[in-house]
Amino acid sequence: MSRAGALLTREVSLAWGKGGGPLVALGFYAGTATLLPLATGPEPARLAAIATGMAWVALALAALLSLERLFERDYEDGALDLIVLSPVPLEIVCALKCLGQWIATGAPLALAAPLAAIALGAEPRLAPLIFACALVGGLAFAFTGGIGAALSLGARRGGLLTAVIVLPLFVPPVIFGGGALDAFAGGLPWRPGLALLCAYAAAAVALGPLAMAAACRNALS
Amino acid sequence: MIPAPAFLSNPERFMAFSRWAAPMFGVVAVVLALAGLWLGFIAPEDYQQGDTVRIMFIHVPAAWMGMFVYACLGGASFLALVFRHALADAAAQAAAPLGAAFTVLALATGALWGRPMWGAWWVWDARLTSVLVLLLFYLAYMALRASLDDETKAARAGAILALVGVVNLPIVHWSVNWWNTLHQGASVFRKGGPTMTVDYLYPLLLLGLAYMAAFGSLWLVRIRAEVWRRRAEAAALRAARG
Repeated sequence: MSRAGALLTREVSLAWGKGGGPLVALGFYAGTATLLPLATGPEPARLAAIATGMAWVALALAALLSLERLFERDYEDGALDLIVLSPVPLEIVCALKCLGQWIATGAPLALAAPLAAIALGAEPRLAPLIFACALVGGLAFAFTGGIGAALSLGARRGGLLTAVIVLPLFVPPVIFGGGALDAFAGGLPWRPGLALLCAYAAAAVALGPLAMAAACRNALS
Repeated sequence: MIPAPAFLSNPERFMAFSRWAAPMFGVVAVVLALAGLWLGFIAPEDYQQGDTVRIMFIHVPAAWMGMFVYACLGGASFLALVFRHALADAAAQAAAPLGAAFTVLALATGALWGRPMWGAWWVWDARLTSVLVLLLFYLAYMALRASLDDETKAARAGAILALVGVVNLPIVHWSVNWWNTLHQGASVFRKGGPTMTVDYLYPLLLLGLAYMAAFGSLWLVRIRAEVWRRRAEAAALRAARG
């Protein structure tokens, strides 16, 4: 367990410290959230209707952005070869990497998500649910996104390829989170959406590492 | 293991079988398609949809095939991943562009039908959206294979992605249904038998079989081409080594 703890500490400190960490993701998130009202027009009524949806999609894109370095960095400098030799199963390593990614960028983004949504015109009473959706959704984004990041190891234009692979996988969590927020804003039952989002995140945490480990072994073979 | 892949897993036997099977499937496809189209054109107009009902004979089998080919892709990828069989990998690689083509055909004919019937080329309805996401899965698979230089690595990475897609597509389909539904419900494969008149059902089923035979023929041709390409590459390598 201490090995796993050391790995997690390493992943979090690398994701947090090197290359801007959460600041880059937050900056990208703020930039995307700024562009959206510029494109749709500033009328408060129109913005309020789509505020949570825009904040939610911008969050998915920001989660996508920070995936590129998840495995690529360790693959390029050879650290991944050493990690594979360690007694910790590669599946656990992959899960820890995604968990570190979630702690370093997913959680700060979840804190920023209610701010962005309210700035876009969402009602402040939505803030707790937006935070909860962003936190759970971030977990789903990190663990499904890791599959794309691991598969595109060693590919030309890996970052773009990761996006092409991962965006279709983001469809269910985006629907469930958006559905929960929409239902809450309209006074409808919102728990099913949140529960389905949690279910998808749980499935991604359980199954994602298997695919990631298989993809890493293939890239290193 | 199911008998057909076991019989065909021997490359020599596969090449001997596909040599005559590919053109034969092609002939069957043409005959069935001509019969289906003929029945489709002489079928009476629909009391609501008029002549546009005939688009269905092209559209619905294409949508069936879009899903069926992904199942083939998933099955071939599974065999390629577990048994490391080169022919299964060639089959997966050959199936993807065909499936994408069927999916595009379904989307395009659906848009042509939707414009006069719904008044819009595209609506964000559950079935349309899940077919669109299916196309995105095909594109991701082809993009991944195209951008990895090492062929064995590209094969395994593609197989992993295809299986991830097999797990995810039902979830996508269900989630999109949860999100919105406007498309008319299924009227052929449903409990209690089809709700469609035989005037429409027969041409539809004939064209469905024609699409299936056409896919079988094109798939075999593409696998053969892939086998020949790999043989040519190996021969070129041997020649270069002198």
